[in-house]
Amino acid sequence: MMRELGTKFELVCDIIDRYDRKPYNLVAILQEVQEAYSYLPEDIMAYIATALGIPPGAVFGVATFYSHFTLEPKGKYLIKVCDGTACHVKKSTDIIKTIQQELGLNESKKTSDDLLFTLETVACLGACGLAPVIVINDEVHGSMNPEKAKELLNKIKEEESKNA
Amino acid sequence: MKNKTVIIDNVEVQIGNERNLLELCRKAGIELPTFCYHSEISIYGACRMCMVEVEGRGIVPACSTKAEGGMVVHTNTKQIREMRKMIIELMLASHDQSCTTCAKSGDCRLQSIAKQLGVTKVRFKQVNEIKPVDYSSDAILRDPSKCVLCGDCVRVCKEIQSVGALDFAYRGAKAQVGTSFNKGIGEVECVNCGQCVKVCPVGALTPKYQINSVWDAIHDEKKVVVAQIAPAVRVALGEYFGKEPGALTIGHIIAALKRMGFDYVYDTCFGADLTVIEEGKEFLARKAKGENLPLFTSCCPAWIKFAEQYYPDFLPHLSTCRSPQQMFGSLCKDLIPKQRGISREDLVVVSIMPCTAKKFEANRDEFKVNGNPDVDFVITTNELATMIKESGIDFDMLEVGSFDMPYGFSTGASVIFGASGGVSEAVLRFAAETLEKGSSQEFKQFRGEDGIKTSEITIGDTTLKLAVVSGLSNARKLLDKIRSGEADYDLVEVMACNGGCVNGGGQPVTTSRTAVRERSKGLYNNDKMLQFHVSSENPYLQQLYAETLDEHKAHEILHTEYENRKRISVKDFVLGEADGNKELFLEICFGTSCFLRGAQALFKELTEYIRENGLEEKTEFKASFCSESCSKGPVLKVNGKMIEHCTFDKAKAAIEKAMQ
Repeated sequence: MMRELGTKFELVCDIIDRYDRKPYNLVAILQEVQEAYSYLPEDIMAYIATALGIPPGAVFGVATFYSHFTLEPKGKYLIKVCDGTACHVKKSTDIIKTIQQELGLNESKKTSDDLLFTLETVACLGACGLAPVIVINDEVHGSMNPEKAKELLNKIKEEESKNA
Repeated sequence: MKNKTVIIDNVEVQIGNERNLLELCRKAGIELPTFCYHSEISIYGACRMCMVEVEGRGIVPACSTKAEGGMVVHTNTKQIREMRKMIIELMLASHDQSCTTCAKSGDCRLQSIAKQLGVTKVRFKQVNEIKPVDYSSDAILRDPSKCVLCGDCVRVCKEIQSVGALDFAYRGAKAQVGTSFNKGIGEVECVNCGQCVKVCPVGALTPKYQINSVWDAIHDEKKVVVAQIAPAVRVALGEYFGKEPGALTIGHIIAALKRMGFDYVYDTCFGADLTVIEEGKEFLARKAKGENLPLFTSCCPAWIKFAEQYYPDFLPHLSTCRSPQQMFGSLCKDLIPKQRGISREDLVVVSIMPCTAKKFEANRDEFKVNGNPDVDFVITTNELATMIKESGIDFDMLEVGSFDMPYGFSTGASVIFGASGGVSEAVLRFAAETLEKGSSQEFKQFRGEDGIKTSEITIGDTTLKLAVVSGLSNARKLLDKIRSGEADYDLVEVMACNGGCVNGGGQPVTTSRTAVRERSKGLYNNDKMLQFHVSSENPYLQQLYAETLDEHKAHEILHTEYENRKRISVKDFVLGEADGNKELFLEICFGTSCFLRGAQALFKELTEYIRENGLEEKTEFKASFCSESCSKGPVLKVNGKMIEHCTFDKAKAAIEKAMQ
């Protein structure tokens, strides 16, 4: 445990130093930190504010402004459901609802309690021919429906419980 | 630039040194409505209320358009009038319109502009959602449902105070003004100065009212309730009753308080006279020894919290004197119960202040005896006006009253405390009197509105270098210069609000651009009217020193000490967790002071060391944001034992010892 966590924080220190501890590099710093942690933890943001000599509120403002940044930890599996025009017409909404029900999620709660899944909706994945489309950790699944989505989730859950 | 004119609504107006078209319109006698324009903070252009039509350019915001010769401006076209009305309607549609129960009702700019523009109904659907009210601060109440996103509070906090406790967060329809990580405003770096309260056009930021507690105390027959009134209140309260800023209404205030049921009405200025003597002595002693100079004044609680958070290395320089409010409180609680034969708990001290931070100060643990505060409640000028109105008292009809003695007697030196420069002048008058008997001087070089005033004064054969600052960003500038050795002084007076307490966060909201100047003038005029001008001439104070206040007693009830303070409550974070037995428990501080002193490098060396020596499985490593020992950083704790000014070698030695 020590090795993993310590290294991550060291990485934060390196990132901050690489950007000369300058406030105008804040967005770039946050991007790299989010890559390391998969989200922006509150304590790390407070640390970044300290290191750059700016109020923590300013870091929070930037982190909440851009939709790229997330303040909550993301699940191991990131599910992106396309809700672009083509997918929407082919009832992507039903798929979203099903996944939310299966994982106990809603509009504001996007990550499951076991930190296994995060559900996001995206505007268009550019794969309209396969509509409706969902992507799980960069793997594309086309021509989906609520049943198929449920099956995918169950398969992942099974594998995870085997590995556990 | 000469003879350049603009035509505004068919009237030719000469361009002077106005910063923009808005100021020029005001010069022409047209009061454009605005939410986000304040002459002392940067121009933001967010509210779009000051839109005007410039021929050839179309509709532009007057606040962010420079006046140029030859412009032809219309401020009241059909299109502009409709646009303004619609903006108000849109604001109202997303605003919590519980106006009748809002603390700002009557002083609310949204209310007054809606009325001014004749908005009688809102055509849009109500879309506001009620967000929880933030009760976390002793000083300030934040009701986000009422915020109109003008950003005035954000800019005043950042630009005038250099604190930045409030900022914008989120985006678009979800945008809101708030604190970092949505914490309560009492849990972040807010210094409670209340300048945000002063500029907030609506009821989103208000002083945290203690009116009901004060009424409860008055109605409780067992309690003896005494009031103390700060100097800046007496030249501002009248504004709530149709008087001009600066009008002295102390007689009316005393009479009103007596009618409301206060048992005794005393003067905070008595406490201020005490402060002058205590601080004056401290200053002359430090000057003689050349120790801990410059001496910083300690009357302003917002400045104190600011120093505790940002300038821990200057804390030994702060005067150990309590503020006049607290000196007065501890004196009352010490003497009155004995004199009247009541318990400390049955004496209730209510102070009436121009300031929100005084509420926070009164609740500090240092100023409590067995949990009972020296000052029980603090109400602002604003709250006093509310109480007077609630009582149905006709303010103008009151027959003026006078202070109760002995704690109602004060000198002119203490009355000027309410204006920036006043404390310095009062201390100098005392110093001059002490160094050169019989010399009575005024020190007018410290009067006026400048944010930083410096001067050298020679009294007898002593030369004193002084600086007077108001506005915490000005204080920051000066402190950084002192820290770097670029400047040095003997005495520095700091007031958090521009212009001093007369411009405090608890004072009347005013649209008058000269109100602060007039209120200061009112205080200096009052000084002239009083019998004495040097605090040590106060006969009741002389008696107090002769009979009660020996050096030990004075130190016990009139002085205090300061501590480093965390800026924001963030939980400690775990850098590494031992799986097995935790033989080694390391805690490193990553607060600003420690960070600047190399905490990050120390952390890296330590992790390196732990890894090389195979201690990972046995070590738990935690970081905190401030262990509140800032002047001793970097700070590392090894199995609970603190190492100050920690170096890698010191840490290594401690770890080796712990692992033996």
